[in-house]
Amino acid sequence: MTLDTPELDTVLYHKPEALEDYPFHFCPGCGHGIVFRLIAEVIDELKIKERAVCVASIGCTVTSYHYFNFDGLESAHGRAPAVATAIKRCRPNLVPFTYQGDGDLAAIGTAEIVHACARGENITTIFANNAIYGMTGGQMAPTTLLGMYSTSTPGGRQPSRAGYPIRVCEMLSTLDGPAYVARVSVHNPAAVRKAKQAIKLAFRAQLANLGMSLVEVLSPCPTNWRVEPVKAMDWLVEHLLPQYPLGEYKVIPAVADLKKESRRA
Amino acid sequence: MEAPQHSGSSYIVIDAERCKGCHLCVSVCPKGIIAPASYTNQKGYILAEVIAAKAQECTGCTACALICPDAAISVYRHSRVLSPAAR
Ligand SMILES: Cc1ncc(C[n+]2csc(CCOP(=O)(O)OP(=O)(O)O)c2C)c(N)n1
Ligand code: SF4
Ligand code: SF4
Ligand code: SF4
Ligand SMILES: [Mg+2]
Repeated sequence: MTLDTPELDTVLYHKPEALEDYPFHFCPGCGHGIVFRLIAEVIDELKIKERAVCVASIGCTVTSYHYFNFDGLESAHGRAPAVATAIKRCRPNLVPFTYQGDGDLAAIGTAEIVHACARGENITTIFANNAIYGMTGGQMAPTTLLGMYSTSTPGGRQPSRAGYPIRVCEMLSTLDGPAYVARVSVHNPAAVRKAKQAIKLAFRAQLANLGMSLVEVLSPCPTNWRVEPVKAMDWLVEHLLPQYPLGEYKVIPAVADLKKESRRA
Repeated sequence: MEAPQHSGSSYIVIDAERCKGCHLCVSVCPKGIIAPASYTNQKGYILAEVIAAKAQECTGCTACALICPDAAISVYRHSRVLSPAAR
């Protein structure tokens, strides 16, 4: 009888080295877990584990230091881009990136992200947009859809009371500073592959000193959307994708060259 | 007797203590070889498990591992060559 012999067989997929064995505390089916995994895979592939610094924000991913097997720093709510700026300017050889939710980046932290982009700061931001304040119990975020239920918009978000959703990539790509701005999603394996390519390109842009790179990832929050994980993916496709179209919103020519290089390789 | 999951070209291993029973892997496997188990792990989550009778159909496409939010799935391709008799 042949038993599992993973040590002898060809590995087609394995948990990345840059992730600790410590299990995620996220709810079942939470998109943050997928995005964390992709970041760790990219850090392994680029061999930058000794130089990477995760600047965590406030939200469900605040305890990222448990999961990433490399350096990290906590920042005050919304201030992660300012902290990453300081790290990069003081220690240019490090590779700081911020991981921010939509409440963190698009509400309390709007000024920081706009100015980091305007400065063309040579840092990377991974922006997980789940259209809700996940950690605090599902209140409305600036990205919450019109008509969408949240605990602070129990009758659905009404523009007369609560304004309109912010499209972060569209807004930031009007600035001259960013080198790369893209929106991806994780609703199925093909989308996950594309999301990883975008995250990798964002880190490569920083490694090539090309300036600010930001990847928005549409990410499910089954708990506060009040649907099961599999249905949350369908909900994302049906409701978030039309409001937040996927694509690359800004690619400066030097980043486009990086992309061509990787295609040739 | 050959365990069924070892008669195909590839196989997956699910880390039972990382799995949170979201069953996203069940929904994306193009071969439909993963299903909710009839038992839970220590945290009380209903695990995903490979259906023994379908295990040999695994193509090693990694779709399940790509969607898994808990990095619980590893995918392997057999390095040994099975003789037709052993299959
Ligand atoms: C200064 C300050 N104001 C408010 C809070 C409460 N708070 C904690 S997390 C959060 C929002 C998190 O939402 P998001 O960034 O979208 O992260 P998610 O949990 O959805 O991933 C808020 C308002 C806080 N911790 N500190
Ligand atoms: S509340 Fe939402 S964002 Fe937070 S861990 Fe749970 S599913 Fe993820
Ligand atoms: S996707 Fe991962 S966590 Fe979810 S049921 Fe499958 S193995 Fe478990
Ligand atoms: S590797 Fe592909 S075929 Fe095999 S179990 Fe995973 S999704 Fe199914
Ligand atoms: Mg959020």
